Amino acid sequence: MRLAAPFERAAGSVQRVGRVALFFAQVLGQCGPALAQPRYIVQQIYNAGARSLVIVMLCGLFVGMVLGLQGYNLLQRFGSESALGVAAALGLVKELGPVITALLFAGRAGTSLTSEIGLMRATDQLAAMEMMAVDPLRRVVAPRFLGGVIAMPLLTAIFDGIGIYGSQLVGVGLLGVEPGSFWSQMQSAVESRDINEGLVKSLCFGVACSLMAVYQGYHAEPTAAGVGLATTRTVVISAVLTLLLDYMLTAAFL
Amino acid sequence: MNSNDPRAAAPEPPRTVVDVRDVHYAVAGRPPVFQGVSLTAERGRITAIMGPSGTGKTTLLRLMMGAIRPQRGSISVFGREVAALGRRELYAMRRRVGMLFQNGALLTDLDVFENVAFPVREHTRLPEPLLRRLVLMKLQAVGLRGAAGMMPSTLSGGMARRVALARAIVMDPEVLVYDEPFVGLDPISMGVILRLIQALNATLGITSIVVSHDVRELAAIAHQSYLLSGGRVAAAGTPAELSAAAAPVVRQFMSGAADGPVPFHYPAPDYHAELLREGSPA
Repeated sequence: MRLAAPFERAAGSVQRVGRVALFFAQVLGQCGPALAQPRYIVQQIYNAGARSLVIVMLCGLFVGMVLGLQGYNLLQRFGSESALGVAAALGLVKELGPVITALLFAGRAGTSLTSEIGLMRATDQLAAMEMMAVDPLRRVVAPRFLGGVIAMPLLTAIFDGIGIYGSQLVGVGLLGVEPGSFWSQMQSAVESRDINEGLVKSLCFGVACSLMAVYQGYHAEPTAAGVGLATTRTVVISAVLTLLLDYMLTAAFL
Repeated sequence: MNSNDPRAAAPEPPRTVVDVRDVHYAVAGRPPVFQGVSLTAERGRITAIMGPSGTGKTTLLRLMMGAIRPQRGSISVFGREVAALGRRELYAMRRRVGMLFQNGALLTDLDVFENVAFPVREHTRLPEPLLRRLVLMKLQAVGLRGAAGMMPSTLSGGMARRVALARAIVMDPEVLVYDEPFVGLDPISMGVILRLIQALNATLGITSIVVSHDVRELAAIAHQSYLLSGGRVAAAGTPAELSAAAAPVVRQFMSGAADGPVPFHYPAPDYHAELLREGSPA
């Protein structure tokens, strides 16, 4: 029995991954038909994206300001504080922007998606759709998944922009870095492949976080406790997936 | 009648719309829900499926609608075996059936109008003015045209049930399935739903299957009744026949007696023995 337990746990984990993969394939299969009704996707971009704007902008500003302080402190030791713009931009565009936006997305939009779909399950709304011959994967899940995937790169771009503004605010406005060198060095050092890296990361994080949110909601136990548990799982698994994917993508881009 | 009359050639649709035969169903690790249930619902009639709570009435509806499959036996709807239907065929069958859920199951992010319009928008390309007329007509039929702009969260239980009924009939189904339509309703709302079920059956000829444990209400409207108990059909017949039945379980259910074949107490060890055991020192 004791020997069998770890194997059973491992088999259970493989089964769970398989179920998520199968669900992902089903959702992808419904994305085409869902695109035929773009108003539902636009509505979900608003829900997942526009409603996350305030928190993303606020966090972007503070992360950029901290980056300005820390970057200045570090670069000053080597007498190269004029490179603050490059350091902040590369740090934000390649790493901090996509990762922190994904974590914020999981906490704000992801939990909202999970609890909404979970409650629809608990109150028979999904069953009612099934009985009306309407596939909930097409009508409910696919638009929310696509909305999240589309919203993530947009939120990341906004986070990056506000973050760079925050670091400029501290570096140039407070600590006296030369504005010309701040912007010109950034312009010459940041290449399109850096921006592409950030874009690819944010898209991958968007897929992972949105998939996890809709999967957990769709398979939530139809009780108050079940929906709560599913919401917690969304945040935890999305955060771990984001960091794991970040490592793999960073290694791939090097 | 003239032999060239096209009406003479048209075959009459079969009388039996839903045919449940010797159905066995169990969920793993639990006592069996059904052990050989057989019943039929005939075209244009109101069929009542009654039984104490927990006898699997809603499960039977889910089996009929193809949401779950029986381990044994067959269920055919419109002459087709439900378990053998593919997803597309199953959805085609469901488009001919309207279902009223116990709690209404209205979509909470849509207002009353959009809830009723939902199936029409999903399945047709009806022009907006026509859609509007259709939805208002159905809302008028359930007496809630004035509530078209309200959100589901602001409706009372009875109103939500009536909106769900308007949604269930908006696609003009041949069969209407009601899952516990009277639960939690005040006498006025209950009377309204009762009259609507009767009116839809009488005026549109809709075949109705009503699952409930409200004996008196069902007896007033049903043409045929089935009483489920212990995973089987304990009695079948008209409401009058059920009332006159001698079987103890039927008599207990029809009279509402607290104890009988369906015991008041859930199975438990002897009460005195348990109290004495708790009281004795360890």
